[in-house]
Amino acid sequence: MNDDASLVLRATDVSVAYEGRRPTRAVREVSLELHAGEVLGIAGESGCGKSTLAYALTRMLRPPAVQTGGTIEYVDRDGRTWDLTALEPGELRKLRWAEFSMVFQSAMNALNPVTSVGAQFDDIFRTHRPEMDRAERRERARRLLEMVGIDPKRVRSFPHELSGGMRQRVVIALALALEPRLVVMDEPTTALDVLVQREILDEISRLRAELGFAVIFITHDLGLLLEISDSLAVMYAGQFVEYAPARRIAEEAQHPYTQGLLRSFPSLRGGRRDLRGIPGNPPDLRQDLDGCPFAPRCEHAFDRCRTEAPQLLAAPGYWPFSCHLRDVPNGSEPRKVEVDERA
Amino acid sequence: MATVAVAAEPGAGAGAGALSALRDALRSRRLILGLVVVGFFVLVAAFGPLFVGDPNHEYTDALNAGPSAAHWFGTTNIGQDIFAQTVDATRPTLLIGAAAGLIATAISVVIGIGGGYLGGIADELLALLTNVALVIPTLPLVIVASKFMGDNGLTPTIFVIAFTSWAASARVLRGQTLSLRNRDYVLAARALDEPRWRIILVELLPNEMPIIVSQFTFSMVFAILGQAGLAFLGLQSADMLTWGNILYFAQNAQALDSGQWWWFAPSGLCIAVFGAGLALINFGLDELLNPRLRVYRPSKARAERSS
Amino acid sequence: MRLRYIGRKLGFYLVAAWVAITVNFFLPRLIPGDPVSIIISRQTQSGTVPAGEAAALRKLLGLGSGSLLSQYGQYLDQLVHLNFGLSITEFPTPVADVVRPAIAWTLVLVGLATFISFCLGVGLGALAGWKRGTRIDALVPSTTLLTAMPYFWLALLLVYLFSQKWNLLPAQQGYDPSLDVGWNSAFIGSAIQHSILPAMTLVIASVGGWLLGMRNMTVATLSEDFVVAAEARGLSPVRVLTRYAARNAVLPSVSGFAVSIGFVVSGQIVMEQVFNYPGLGSLLFQAVSNEDYPLMQALFLTISFAVLGSNLLVDLLYGLIDPRTREA
Ligand SMILES: Nc1ncnc2c1ncn2[C@@H]1O[C@H](COP(=O)(O)OP(=O)(O)OP(=O)(O)O)[C@@H](O)[C@H]1O
Ligand SMILES: [Mg+2]
Repeated sequence: MNDDASLVLRATDVSVAYEGRRPTRAVREVSLELHAGEVLGIAGESGCGKSTLAYALTRMLRPPAVQTGGTIEYVDRDGRTWDLTALEPGELRKLRWAEFSMVFQSAMNALNPVTSVGAQFDDIFRTHRPEMDRAERRERARRLLEMVGIDPKRVRSFPHELSGGMRQRVVIALALALEPRLVVMDEPTTALDVLVQREILDEISRLRAELGFAVIFITHDLGLLLEISDSLAVMYAGQFVEYAPARRIAEEAQHPYTQGLLRSFPSLRGGRRDLRGIPGNPPDLRQDLDGCPFAPRCEHAFDRCRTEAPQLLAAPGYWPFSCHLRDVPNGSEPRKVEVDERA
Repeated sequence: MATVAVAAEPGAGAGAGALSALRDALRSRRLILGLVVVGFFVLVAAFGPLFVGDPNHEYTDALNAGPSAAHWFGTTNIGQDIFAQTVDATRPTLLIGAAAGLIATAISVVIGIGGGYLGGIADELLALLTNVALVIPTLPLVIVASKFMGDNGLTPTIFVIAFTSWAASARVLRGQTLSLRNRDYVLAARALDEPRWRIILVELLPNEMPIIVSQFTFSMVFAILGQAGLAFLGLQSADMLTWGNILYFAQNAQALDSGQWWWFAPSGLCIAVFGAGLALINFGLDELLNPRLRVYRPSKARAERSS
Repeated sequence: MRLRYIGRKLGFYLVAAWVAITVNFFLPRLIPGDPVSIIISRQTQSGTVPAGEAAALRKLLGLGSGSLLSQYGQYLDQLVHLNFGLSITEFPTPVADVVRPAIAWTLVLVGLATFISFCLGVGLGALAGWKRGTRIDALVPSTTLLTAMPYFWLALLLVYLFSQKWNLLPAQQGYDPSLDVGWNSAFIGSAIQHSILPAMTLVIASVGGWLLGMRNMTVATLSEDFVVAAEARGLSPVRVLTRYAARNAVLPSVSGFAVSIGFVVSGQIVMEQVFNYPGLGSLLFQAVSNEDYPLMQALFLTISFAVLGSNLLVDLLYGLIDPRTREA
């Protein structure tokens, strides 16, 4: 493991469950590592646990969600390592926003409807930068708005007076207010139309190049992730099934699920791909999964897939992925099995 | 290739859904407590009078007596047994509450759901009517109206209370209808050109039932409180024995000045406890309907959050 | 610019006021027999009835001459001149003069008690919602017992305890009758002392409603995205609760004020009877027992207008605290 100075976040075997009569194990032993300025993309179908993971990484889980295992380490700009899972609430609040911020999936609703945009910037500065005076706070808020392409006069506007795209930009400006080292973005543009989506994504890329923060970018649009990420994790049924450098995965995806995703998602930029979806549905996360969770939908599944869960391991010359095909010598396709209906 | 559909829940279906709702309901301690309290009073209303004598015609020698083994709640200034009175008063009181509550709820359903569904000018007018009825203080109106009418028996009381207390429910139901009418299944029914009454009866009404029930409990409490107030002011026929009338008799006999707390205490407590029972049922319904209000078992995550 | 909002509200309350006036116009038709001769005969029992009283009464009761419309016009004319006829209860004082002194007593008491109750209920409700699932929160359902109590019964209970058993507070009337009414400290002190039990009744009986509403809204608001987002920003819990959660959760309590004030006013009217409080409620009770129809009508209008006015005030306040009522 390259324990170099640039490490920002390291999660080890993080598991999250939604408590209930039958707990939903939404995130299952996920590990990841993020370095300064790196963009990690996380892709996966709806309901596979992406948002839950994002909440877990930023310690924002709320009941009934509980982290059932794993550690999350964060290295701040002074090089100190914090165990986020063991932090006191007060210490955690100090790290929040100043070190890592988050753009929520429902970013449109992330603004307090009864106070002005400026007041929401104000709250952040008052809390984290008590030395700033009123004029400085106002000025900084204006510059941040300008930075995301919004008229600085809008500091006095209320959220309901802004369009969806403007709100989204305001939320991004808020996330960058304290120049954090890490921004977690959970589908920051899904609610918007394609044109606005494009603009905002370009904006994010530009800002990242300018300010150099690391990003965890979550979406179910794999095509988009290929474009903007350095590394890419594909999530299925609460697990990472493939964790690879983005530039190679488009051509050399190892996991059948990744291959399926690559075939089935239209790309935001560029032409539509052949839209062959992956048949079937993801498994119910409330039950225990025997064998490979993807086996029932996998066209390559063979006997072993039904009984033994594959490990997330690298094959020589490749990156970690969890598929038994890794152990099958090239060319000798394993015997296919008919998958019977699972009740 | 076989596609695998994983059922959301084994045996999930309409029946199972209702069953699990029932199971959830029975896990709400507040709902159970509320049902027990309300059930108790309903039983007393139904069968109580069989076990106690007619308090208005049986007088004992003990006047103004405090609670004792012979007279659990003591006696009045003319020797009536207050326990018997309280039991006997349960039926008319609950009857007024239920009847006025039902009528008020029915009016609010017609005005709230009807207006909300029809939309347009009809809705505007009904909403205006509702809001006006809401801001005009009802009790003075009821007092003045019932005094002017001069008849203050059971039936006029029920109607006067019902006609002045439907507005709050109508507003709630209109709001709910406005949000339901744009749901898929209603839009689908409209696209299929189903008649309006059918959409309202089949699609809207069942979905709003929990809210209607909850509004009914409010109306019932309101009606009982309203009747008690009217009775206390002497605006109810003295032939009718309700908890409110008992309080009026007590006040008239200046029971408080002579320290006869037992004359006041039972009826007022009955009103409060019965009302609280209905409110608890409401609590339970609320918890079932709004998962967001449900409280989760304390866990580490929350302990941290709220500290 | 909120002019549109203000204009709409003003328009609405004008309509409501018109409805109240019109209902009042039709009410006397419920009286069996000829109300005017009933009233005049009752007035005659208490003294000489001035000439013209019958005609004035007729107009006031909406029973003037001519068509319904012209009757309505005559009735409005009487109202505009605050000519409500002579009170039977305090014959031959004009009704308007009987009502006037009572207004302040009720208004101040209800106003203050409602303010205290609102602040207390909203504060405790926000706290209970914030600490949901804890012991504080578990106490919330018990407040329903208070909410379901008749106000007047609670008043009786308080009188029994504080006045009769412990002899701490006066239980009757609005002030010590041996004092001169006026702006002197003795009188004001006595008025305050006499208002404690009635105010306590109002506060105890109404605080549960505010508390419960606020508690539930706070719980619901706490799961709103903007509250979660505020927490993610590392804001202090106090700031998140006050500026984000409670600030939004209080809006429905304010916009639902009309329903609550209806309860309080109804409760107050009956409750005044227990305390012999010199307000509108006691007066209404006297009017009812004396079959003083003109006084009843005047009181109905007065109470209606007071309630409409306070609702209008609260609605205008709502316009200030919810920016969404502004136009972009
Ligand atoms: N409050 C909750 N209670 C119970 N289960 C939940 C809750 N929230 C989410 N889940 C479950 O957890 C799983 C993961 O949800 P999550 O929101 O993380 O998915 P996601 O990958 O972000 O999906 P999407 O792309 O639709 O945003 C889902 O199966 C969902 O049903
Ligand atoms: Mg998500």
